[in-house]
Amino acid sequence: MEPVLQARNLVKRYGRVVAMDHADFELYPGEILAVIGDNGAGKSTLIKALSGAVLPDDGDILLDGKPVHFASPIDARAAGIETVYQTLAMSPALSITDNMFMGREIRKPGFRGAWLRQLDRKKMEEIARDKLNELGLLTIQNINQAVETLSGGQRQGVAVARAAAFGSKVVIMDEPTAALGVKESRRVLELIKDVKARGLPIVLISHNMPHVFEVADRIHIHRLGKRACVIKPSDFSMSDAVAIMTGAMDPPDSLAA
Amino acid sequence: MTSDTKTAGGQADYESAAATAPKAVASFDDHRHGIGHKIQHSLHQTPSLVPLIVLVLSLAIFGILLGSKLFSPFAMTLILQQVQIVGIVAAAQSLVILTAGIDLSVGAIMVLSSVVMGQFTFRYGLPVEIAIVCGLICGTICGYINGFLVAIVKLPPFIVTLGMWQIVLATNFLYSANETIRSQEISELAPLLQFFGNKVNIGGAIFTYGVIFMVLLILVLAYALRQTAWGRHVYAIGDDPEAAQLSGVQVKKVQISVYMLSGLICAFAGWAMIGRIGSVSPTTGQLANIESITAVVIGGISLFGGRGSILGTLFGALIVGVFTLSLRLLGADAQWTYLLIGILIIGAVAIDQWIRKVSV
Repeated sequence: MEPVLQARNLVKRYGRVVAMDHADFELYPGEILAVIGDNGAGKSTLIKALSGAVLPDDGDILLDGKPVHFASPIDARAAGIETVYQTLAMSPALSITDNMFMGREIRKPGFRGAWLRQLDRKKMEEIARDKLNELGLLTIQNINQAVETLSGGQRQGVAVARAAAFGSKVVIMDEPTAALGVKESRRVLELIKDVKARGLPIVLISHNMPHVFEVADRIHIHRLGKRACVIKPSDFSMSDAVAIMTGAMDPPDSLAA
Repeated sequence: MTSDTKTAGGQADYESAAATAPKAVASFDDHRHGIGHKIQHSLHQTPSLVPLIVLVLSLAIFGILLGSKLFSPFAMTLILQQVQIVGIVAAAQSLVILTAGIDLSVGAIMVLSSVVMGQFTFRYGLPVEIAIVCGLICGTICGYINGFLVAIVKLPPFIVTLGMWQIVLATNFLYSANETIRSQEISELAPLLQFFGNKVNIGGAIFTYGVIFMVLLILVLAYALRQTAWGRHVYAIGDDPEAAQLSGVQVKKVQISVYMLSGLICAFAGWAMIGRIGSVSPTTGQLANIESITAVVIGGISLFGGRGSILGTLFGALIVGVFTLSLRLLGADAQWTYLLIGILIIGAVAIDQWIRKVSV
């Protein structure tokens, strides 16, 4: 099977610090791939390279087997890669609809859209409501409510819905449960499974081992700027994964990358 | 939530305690029903409501004190004429403040543009239409310099426009040689410069073209801010520029466009000022930056960006106009006006802070 998203030999240096040292990465269709690694292992840099926020010094990124070059997150988005940032990247004072369509607004057809540049609010609200419902998210009372009036879990829900609605190839989620309580984390994990059920592959970056082991199909362990190995959660325990991640245990020979 | 049962097996043990709790984490219910919250919420959604209420209240109070002296078509439209210049400049200021910037150079750009219009006509003998276009371009270029320094060089807007204020003002004095073009000359040779001074009389109510322009400008900008993607991006940038960038807004482009538009509007204000005072004078409009910021703040636009409506700015400018004229009609010392405006500014910011807490 061909990977949807693949990276080969990515290198990124910041001055004398090597953040990525010939890192590889593969994401297969329909899977949830968790990326774990200790602080400073370079997983953020890897993810940023995949989502267009960082330009690698060397190496290739392939989407559906074809090489791609992302100069900005806008490029990656245009190629079908949506990212849910840890900060969520939402404008708190604007409405749910405004946020979901930020940077890809829909204009009215005809004169009012082409010449007066008027937005088609009704259509955007409809789509936003559909997308939120589709993910079983929420009994929405007011789709035009400002995002800052939502709770942390609700905001995360909207961010995931935005990514799932517009991501055609890959959804990347950076620490989606880090800022959430127990119940809200649970809801977001369900959301992640829902997105997977719709056929979209997901890259999940998380420090939370129980969450990773619950939802991931495969776990990519990043260490010292490159991939140490990829394991199946069913074959290893959480403590093994942590041991490999921190260097306390060598990666199993058969799986070493 | 129907998905609870089938996924229960996947939950970690420590979560089972939470599983029995109500699961309504992600519903959008509004559980706050106190009257204070309701007011706070409606103000949050319609930020121009506060200045509108203040405007109506101040009209009512001064109306009781002054009676028909204030409530005559003449007095009402006089207020409009007195606020037109500040109103136009404040519209430009609103755009910049909505992006969490500030433009201290608005007054200077306005004066320089009007001087360019006048001097190009009288010193170089250019056709007046071309001189006016040159003045408008001059304002836009000043705005572009501001925008470039803020968006590309990443300098703080306060510093950039503080510097530009001095630079543009000095350029204005150096270029004009401190020379005023008299009103008579203009009305004889280039009446188009006084275009915005033309009047329409509707039953004692006198509307100058400048007043009409101010109202139309605010309406057009209100439309652009609410109904177009550009307007939504202006708000998003004021709210959180990094988030806007990550969600696909071309932050630099929008910022530069905002400062350019601000410069262009200031140039129009300069043209309107020739209509208002008749002459082209390099020494007028020195207070326009402070007055425009006052109108914006009283109008409920947050100085931290991303919140407020440009209609509020119009109300803010009108509030200042009502106070100024009413207190003068009452024969009060002009300092009372400043004192009351000062209280309004602080009150407006206090209300802004309170509205922001709606989410907490």
